[in-house]
Amino acid sequence: MYKAKIYVTLKEGVLDPQGQAVRAGLISQGFAAVEEVRIGKFMEVVVATHSATEAQHLVREMCERLLANPVIEDYTFVLVEVV
Amino acid sequence: MRFGVVVFPGSNCDADCHHAVGTVFAQEAEYVWHEEKDLSRFDCIILPGGFSYGDYLRAGALARFSPVMGAVVEEAGRGKLVLGICNGWQILLEAGLLPGAMLKNNHLQFRCETRHVRLENSNTPFTCTGHEGQVLSLPIAHAEGNYYIDQVGLKDLEAQRQIVFRYVDSRGRVSKEANPNGSLGGIAGIINKAGNVLGMMPHPERATEEILGGTDGRLIFSSILQWWGGQ
Repeated sequence: MYKAKIYVTLKEGVLDPQGQAVRAGLISQGFAAVEEVRIGKFMEVVVATHSATEAQHLVREMCERLLANPVIEDYTFVLVEVV
Repeated sequence: MRFGVVVFPGSNCDADCHHAVGTVFAQEAEYVWHEEKDLSRFDCIILPGGFSYGDYLRAGALARFSPVMGAVVEEAGRGKLVLGICNGWQILLEAGLLPGAMLKNNHLQFRCETRHVRLENSNTPFTCTGHEGQVLSLPIAHAEGNYYIDQVGLKDLEAQRQIVFRYVDSRGRVSKEANPNGSLGGIAGIINKAGNVLGMMPHPERATEEILGGTDGRLIFSSILQWWGGQ
């Protein structure tokens, strides 16, 4: 089996109101060096296959169709073999 | 006219929509559970507001894979009218029936209040009884109405006159203050190129009787009836 660790992030240039609010929070906590905060999503999907190629293909398809919205989001993932 | 009001798990404006078309406008109205696959008996399909599937992942992201959405796409292709209100618009965006996407409101608050919107295009089945520049007072209630589309898409929307409503002040002017969610260009509603699928954040069904505090929402439903009657 493979576990996909998937990161979905807002595309560059897309406003991130949550990130801005958290940035303001960090700065008010004294972290004056904070330049920017962008908030995304992290997901883990376990795929029942022994083929890394197939897992790669399936997870990409999942990201394209549901897990990320291509209008506003990008995605990346890494696969880890699990036993 | 026969109206179908789709009910997803988590819809919460379905009864309001059913009341507006079925009682206030005295048309045939029927609730349609999201597992239905045939909507051919309807002339107009309404996707109501709410929090379909708890808005998990993204608002509308899971609802678009409901069995009923295949039928909505099919009927839209046949020229039937499809009206997505609030969460209904979010679902239409996720389904690709309308372009763009929704972001969280720029101030991160859920806004439930009455807002002014300006009619930008009265040459649609949903607005044909109004006139361009007309200002309507309509309720909004959402946390993700911050409409986004890239610059190419925005130019296309403008060129094809697909922007139907914009948030404005009481005098009909677009401004930062008049925009309740940060939506690009104050966009509050858009239509598809074919002109039969409309998505809007404000709730016309909540403004169809004086007792509700306003009747400006009637324009959308009376337009639908007039336009369909003329077909």
